Amino acid sequence: MTGATASIGRRADVGGALTAAAGIARSILAFVVVLVAIAILWEAAKWVGGGVWREAFGVVLDPPHMPPLRITQLNDTNLPHVWEVVGAFVEPATRRSEFSLFAVLLDAAIFTWRGAAIGFVLGAVIGLGLAILFVHSGLLERALVPYVIASQTVPIIALAPMVVLWVGRDWPSVAIISAYLTFFPVTIAGIRGLKSPDPRALELMRSYAADWKAVLWKVRLPAALPYLFTALKISATASIVGAIVAEAPTGIAGGLGRAIIQFNQQFTSGPEKLWATAFMCAALGIVFFGVIRIAEMLVLRNRRQEVEA
Amino acid sequence: MSDPSAVVAIHDLNKTFGNAGAGTVALSAIDLTIQPGEFVSLIGPSGCGKSTLLRVIGDLTQPSSGSIEVNGKPATRARTDRDYGMVFQAPVLFDWRTIEANVGLPLEIIDMPKERRTRRIADMLALVELSDFARHHPWQLSGGMQQRAAIARALAFEPRLLLMDEPFGALDEMTRERMNSELLTIWEQTGTTIVFVTHSIPEAVFLSSRIVVMSARPGRITRIIDVDLPRPRSDATRALDGYFELITEVRESLKSSHGPQDHGLREALP
Repeated sequence: MTGATASIGRRADVGGALTAAAGIARSILAFVVVLVAIAILWEAAKWVGGGVWREAFGVVLDPPHMPPLRITQLNDTNLPHVWEVVGAFVEPATRRSEFSLFAVLLDAAIFTWRGAAIGFVLGAVIGLGLAILFVHSGLLERALVPYVIASQTVPIIALAPMVVLWVGRDWPSVAIISAYLTFFPVTIAGIRGLKSPDPRALELMRSYAADWKAVLWKVRLPAALPYLFTALKISATASIVGAIVAEAPTGIAGGLGRAIIQFNQQFTSGPEKLWATAFMCAALGIVFFGVIRIAEMLVLRNRRQEVEA
Repeated sequence: MSDPSAVVAIHDLNKTFGNAGAGTVALSAIDLTIQPGEFVSLIGPSGCGKSTLLRVIGDLTQPSSGSIEVNGKPATRARTDRDYGMVFQAPVLFDWRTIEANVGLPLEIIDMPKERRTRRIADMLALVELSDFARHHPWQLSGGMQQRAAIARALAFEPRLLLMDEPFGALDEMTRERMNSELLTIWEQTGTTIVFVTHSIPEAVFLSSRIVVMSARPGRITRIIDVDLPRPRSDATRALDGYFELITEVRESLKSSHGPQDHGLREALP
């Protein structure tokens, strides 16, 4: 009996890891399936209402396909073919460039991600710090939470130029603007999470004559982790958007924001480059989100599973 | 004068929730002295203040007036000296900790060295027969096992006073009876003083050396019954004539403490 029960525990751990791995595999598969479905819908729309098809996937069509409808939004300038967008990644970024667009965008994505990630960490720390402060002081919570909420109603486009003026035209500005968008979900979820322990758990700690640091470290923070991860996943994508929006109007060079401005100006001659940049932005957001999700699964692997697989 | 050897000495204690005068009187004129090694049950209907009394002893709430001493000290001092352990109706174990880490939590807080802590946790888990489940997480255990872990945790720093608030109230009858026997074994082994809140008459009779019968509105002590059943107690105890006589005695005390007119009034209401 002894051995059996002990091994059930271990088997549950191994099973949990396998379930997690299977879950990740299923998520990726579902993502790819939907991506392919979108591509098919995209081309189906163009087949019905786009411009004249002279080629498909590099194969020349003779005679060309004439779509029965002509819809402006679906012409080759507004909605380039999927293969043109994919092809744009491997072609040189500009006529004189020796690098492919993919290499240039990857470089830009890494630049943007650096600012966003630093801002994300900064925002998470500040956000959690504020939440801890508010949970321990009802007075500060009542006095400051309205300002925390008000801060999020100021459009980032109004704020970004000021920050750039103060901090300089480089990634630290991007980080600060990212942090500004990141901290808010963490603060709100943090307050909820830190207050989530059972009142009896806090009485138990009181009966141990535990100080507030022990209560925070051993009860409040572990209880808040699921809440914090939910917020961090929101913040991860928000930090990327924040970084791009910070770069774009302020002329910070090197990131995706600048690439968007640049390819916007070239849209009529090469729309596929702007589309490619948009996909790169989305990919960066998804990757950052995924990193946080994996961290969440690792950190919370020993928690009670709400849904048994 | 309070008894210097008493674990708990309460004199003319009152507790009112809300404003004085307009508030609800939870406890009225409580006098109670508990000696070392006693097993005292507090029993009474809902709202009689038995849990409040336990919480006052545990310094989780403050009395409005009157005096309370635990181990000859004010209750707050006894709490900061870590003189007592607490067990609630729910086990209140932490999901993210294994059973052994849950039991070790109070020891971490008093900064007990790791080596001593490990040994102490092993001893406690052996006492409640959970050694095989040390590395399990709480949700992998049954309700009874979780409550045993909570008891092990409460006993971890050898409190002189164990306060238990309906610890087996959520368990099924069979588990409850087994847990009662196990609790007595632990009590006899550790020699700790126990104050035990319950609304089960058989449980109170089986476990206690004294039963404090309380009544509601206002919460007060109406009778204290000595339980002189032989020890060690076992399933055979539940077949003794004395056991049934005591159950009847406690039931009658609870009934009469309601007051006949109060009872009639409540039954006349829709």
